[in-house]
Amino acid sequence: MTIDVPTSRSDRSLPQLQPVSFIGANGQPTEVPTDGLRIPSDRTLLGLYQKMVQIRRFEAQVTHLTRQGRLATYPSAAGQEAIEVGATTALAPGDWLFPTYRDTAALLTRGVPVTEILSAFRGDWHCGFDPNEYHTSPAATPLATQTLHATGFAMAAKLKGEDACTLTFLGDGASSEGDTHEAFNFASVWQTPTVFVLANNQYAISTPLREQSNATMLADRAAGYGMPGLRVDGNDIAAVFAAVTAALERARAGEGPTLIECLTYRMESHTNSDDPTKYREAEEVEHWKQFDPIDRLEKHLRSAGVLDDERAAEITASAEELATSVRDAMNTEAKVDPSELFDYVYANPRANLVAQQAKLEAELAAAAQS
Amino acid sequence: MTVTALTTAEDVPAPAPVTMTKALNQALRDSLREDENVLVFGEDVGRLGGVFRVTEGLRKEFGPDRVWDSPLAESGIVGTAIGMAMAGMRPVVEMQFDAYAYPAFEQIVSHVAKMRNRTKGQVSLPLTIRIPYAGDIGGVEHHSDSSEAYWCSTPGLTVITPSNPADAYSLLRESIASDDPVIFMEPKSRYWMKDELSLPVQTAPTDRAQVVRVGSDVTLLAYGPTVRTALAAADDGAEHGLSIEVIDLRSLSPFDDETVSASVRKTSRAAIIHEAAQFGGYGAEVAARVTEANFTHLSAPILRITGFDVPYPSPKLEEYFLPTAERILDALESWDWEL
Ligand SMILES: Cc1ncc(C[n+]2csc(CCOP(=O)(O)OP(=O)(O)O)c2C)c(N)n1
Repeated sequence: MTIDVPTSRSDRSLPQLQPVSFIGANGQPTEVPTDGLRIPSDRTLLGLYQKMVQIRRFEAQVTHLTRQGRLATYPSAAGQEAIEVGATTALAPGDWLFPTYRDTAALLTRGVPVTEILSAFRGDWHCGFDPNEYHTSPAATPLATQTLHATGFAMAAKLKGEDACTLTFLGDGASSEGDTHEAFNFASVWQTPTVFVLANNQYAISTPLREQSNATMLADRAAGYGMPGLRVDGNDIAAVFAAVTAALERARAGEGPTLIECLTYRMESHTNSDDPTKYREAEEVEHWKQFDPIDRLEKHLRSAGVLDDERAAEITASAEELATSVRDAMNTEAKVDPSELFDYVYANPRANLVAQQAKLEAELAAAAQS
Repeated sequence: MTVTALTTAEDVPAPAPVTMTKALNQALRDSLREDENVLVFGEDVGRLGGVFRVTEGLRKEFGPDRVWDSPLAESGIVGTAIGMAMAGMRPVVEMQFDAYAYPAFEQIVSHVAKMRNRTKGQVSLPLTIRIPYAGDIGGVEHHSDSSEAYWCSTPGLTVITPSNPADAYSLLRESIASDDPVIFMEPKSRYWMKDELSLPVQTAPTDRAQVVRVGSDVTLLAYGPTVRTALAAADDGAEHGLSIEVIDLRSLSPFDDETVSASVRKTSRAAIIHEAAQFGGYGAEVAARVTEANFTHLSAPILRITGFDVPYPSPKLEEYFLPTAERILDALESWDWEL
């Protein structure tokens, strides 16, 4: 007697080893098989290029402001712009984004105003923006927790028969957390319209990938949960955009979640408070510079004839404008009202909070008098 | 939103014995009927109807899109429920047993409790997390924990525990309707308790404690499983001429200072009874806040009669661990009654 087992596998095979990439480091087309993905038009790519340039400038400005003490902390995503911009741009306005602390660029792409994005990094207690307005969840700091929120939100959308998909970012470090595995499993069992974008930037603070996971590649995990996994060159925005667009199409067609591992490198320190020279060699950073997502796309667009010096200068100027607006916004000290601490803990007011609030207000009033 | 009318006055059945399980089941059923955004999911809550049968028959009535068996992962259950609540649903999820809610601890304290605050009131989570808790049912290890102190010391959570079928119905209905997330703790040893009842029933609002027995010498503060113990102590005390007032807290957070203080000022003595360990437990909070508000009215320090500061014991030993009426009365004897 034998146990009844299916005789054939489903079509969900393991992803190809070579990351999908359309545009090589030299700006020329690659020879890599593209797994059925369509390269975006040069017009689309030009728009993506402009956003990446703006965001790089923004990141530099904000990092600078952190050094000046204007921001309490900042986790830069310099070098990862292709993932942030490429994935977020692929979303429809009604879709929901579930970001983490490193996804400021995604918030900017989503249209959240700079001052609102930065309020948390300046030390405010709240996320700074209205999630419902931008269809974007507050950035999660406890690692991987947001992957479940994205899955649940997508499940609700599916149950309600709404068209909304969800996209969530996570890092290589976060991929070791239990919540990541629970989210992959729930999303696949429930066939939710969710896209998991795993930004594999080689380090979790100081821990290198090889001490994070012994898997050949993180995209392989998808197979174990019965969903498609894809590995793309995270520094090629054409590949990221194409992969996320295709995953969203699948999601919208009711075909469930997708895991997209984007290979990239974090060019700056984890946040302004760690010293990357303690855990990585300068040569490694130099090596990755050759794959810079912006340089590469610029080469491609110039050789395709859609970008010239004049247009490039305009784009630089628009990035400069953004940087100026960030500087100006951060020059004014953010106003905080201590009394507000109590206002949003419960929907229904609570006697003990009301009493504590009154006490603090009395203290403040007394301090103002003296 | 489709709203199906609740049972009308004419449909209300004559009072009959109703278990707490049945009352909870009816509360879920009525909530599911009333609001199509209410969803029920968790481990084995669908086909089986939950290991304690609280969700029995709901999948059949409402279908697998409203009531379903989720994968076995508590953080996943709570984490996805958060996303659903953000999308406008009102999920009611079950943690199969007290100690098995711990994998979801991070989601509960970091997100369920804080989402409203983190979004300056823009996103609230109308989410109910049901946790069968406490012991006295001969459960093996990890099946009898009382985790209320963890939840109660987390701002943003509401923590409710009924001690009888009528409250079980009414408080669960209110919890599901609340825009604040609720940790709804169901005392396992009371699941099979029966009361004469006709459902639906509306008892006192969530944030009110209830005087369940009037007395003049001492106030016993109890909740969930220990209300029964406190009432037994009151009976025994009466035989010895001691008039014991018993308060069922019902809502652990928020705490009803008013009802408790009024009673303590009347009796001038109070003791708090819970199954959870004493050290750093909920009783410490109660003793401190009741003392702070009523010090000059007290004739004796507030006592705690609780489980020992050890992991919940095996079924063979739980009778030695649980607070009993006898232990309560012994403790009360330790006071100097001349004062
Ligand atoms: C549950 C949890 N554990 C630890 C931390 C502290 N922490 C913040 S970021 C980080 C590394 C995360 O690395 P990765 O997921 O690769 O993302 P990256 O920062 O590289 O974008 C750690 C350990 C945390 N935020 N949450």
